Amino acid sequence: MLKSKTSRWAAAPYLVWMGVFIVVPLFIVIYFALTGAKGSFTLDNMAQIGRYSSVFARSLILAAEATVICLIMAFPVGYSLSRLRVNKQHIMLMLVMLPMWMNFLLRTYAWMTLLENNGLINRFLGMFGIGPLQMINTAGAVVLGMVYNYLPYMILPLYTAMTKIDDSIIEAAQDLGCNTLHTLVKILIPLSAPGIATGITMVFVPSVSTFIISRMLGGGSNLLIGDLIELQFLGNSYNLNLGSAMSLVLMVIVLVFMSFTSSFDESEMEGVM
Amino acid sequence: MKEENLIVSLKDIVVEFDGEKVLDGLSLDIHDKEFVTFLGPSGCGKTTTLRVIAGFITPKSGNVFFDGKDIADLPPYKRHVNTVFQKYALFPHLNVFENVAFALRLKKLPEPEIQSKVLNMLSTVGLKGFERRNINQLSGGQQQRVAIARSLVNEPRVLLLDEPLGALDLKLRKQMQLELKRLQRELKITFIYVTHDQEEALTMSDTVVVMNGGKIQQIGTPEDIYNEPCNAFVARFIGDSNIIDGVMLKDYLVAFGGNEFRCVDKGFQHDESVQVVIRPEDVEITTPERGALIGRVKDVIFKGVHFEMHVDMEGYDWIVHSTQASKPGEMVGLNIGPDEIHIMRRTEV
Repeated sequence: MLKSKTSRWAAAPYLVWMGVFIVVPLFIVIYFALTGAKGSFTLDNMAQIGRYSSVFARSLILAAEATVICLIMAFPVGYSLSRLRVNKQHIMLMLVMLPMWMNFLLRTYAWMTLLENNGLINRFLGMFGIGPLQMINTAGAVVLGMVYNYLPYMILPLYTAMTKIDDSIIEAAQDLGCNTLHTLVKILIPLSAPGIATGITMVFVPSVSTFIISRMLGGGSNLLIGDLIELQFLGNSYNLNLGSAMSLVLMVIVLVFMSFTSSFDESEMEGVM
Repeated sequence: MKEENLIVSLKDIVVEFDGEKVLDGLSLDIHDKEFVTFLGPSGCGKTTTLRVIAGFITPKSGNVFFDGKDIADLPPYKRHVNTVFQKYALFPHLNVFENVAFALRLKKLPEPEIQSKVLNMLSTVGLKGFERRNINQLSGGQQQRVAIARSLVNEPRVLLLDEPLGALDLKLRKQMQLELKRLQRELKITFIYVTHDQEEALTMSDTVVVMNGGKIQQIGTPEDIYNEPCNAFVARFIGDSNIIDGVMLKDYLVAFGGNEFRCVDKGFQHDESVQVVIRPEDVEITTPERGALIGRVKDVIFKGVHFEMHVDMEGYDWIVHSTQASKPGEMVGLNIGPDEIHIMRRTEV
């Protein structure tokens, strides 16, 4: 009795925190999104978002591209990691996480100096008479920034899911007639599904709402939803109501997306460390 | 190369892990439709041998022949062998039916054929009605049956079994032993079975291959292995034995324990130093006056059918099985008939 009472109270500080700093602000966002400058109810803000549909589309497409690239790159890495001996696994995992310990802005800034027209890569290519290539301020640079920053979040859940696949299961598949492709499609991918779902969520969600990456690497022509929202709150086009409406729509998009990936596998968040 | 009825042939197989020789020039012929058991302590190379045949390990040198053809470079999925793994290795995302149907679907057999083959095989292993079950809803014994069905439905020429009963309790293990033997007889295919349990090996096998240190110690029928062990390792590994140093005086006469005994072995050198193997149940206990050897009883342990007695005879601890118990501390005589004495050449173990 005592135990259950204590455990119930243990969460109290967080519940207060959540109420004050998450639930209340959420309602404030909803309030602003559904009211005009004078505070009366209106759907104008929502209607205005239609004008920015190309930005929303670009955000979704670039985030989806980054997610797919991360998945394709991370899958073999996660598999190799999971087959290593345990002590080597720890070393390799540290290497995977190492970039995450570096400041996010610094990492992205480093890419700017690499990709610039007179940056390191173009200077290197120049030595062979190639270029300069336009790399910075392109959609490709934004996707690159997303992949670079969020790749570990794809590798880790995939690796976690794959460590649960015993070697003998893969051997059994080969024994029963699977070549490498069959083993991948019929055994590895289905059994890593929880990790795939978690990884997709953990890369797609931050990618779709980022604004730093697109601003630093995408220039003015690759505005994303995040940049648009930032402009409404901190930029020239100061409009709290429109910004709130955009945030709300983005949230709904993310929620729809999450429910899709979680229906894809029950134990979706299993791989989160 | 092809010999009558030979299905698997290993020639001078060497396997190394991290520079350590796990199989050291192993050669072995396995006949078709035989129940062969690899028996030995853990680390003796028995599982490695099985994995070489399955194709999971490529030997450093040596040849693997299957039905007369060298298959050393053939990947596992192209070999006509299937494996039942120690931990069953069932596919957790598929139900019982789909696990068994796995190989058939890969072969793209027509659906009605898959249906009938899988249902047939499930009823053969006693799992009729379990088709839609989840793998993790099954007991260990049921999972084992699914694993066996999944391999057998493929109609392999050879079924490899890697300690498949290790995780089951004793009663279930005994029952599965008999069932495996029945399956092997009914389906008329070769079973290669790996175990460290000598009783299991003796119960099920047509041929037992005793292994130690990456080498084959002895190949023979269970009776041969038990009654005529070729060296001290085999004699110790297969049941309890008394192994005593002796001298072969001449044909049919051996001396050990300070006495001379008639025996049935010959062909040794004059006064050759040998080892004598006597099974505990072959020693007759009698009064000290009538015994060829005399010792003092140290322990008496009741074993159900018999008593196990340890008799100290000039420092050597004899194990004797008898239906009648002597008292600890009592002096007894031991007699051994000529048929019960088995002479082995000394091995440099």
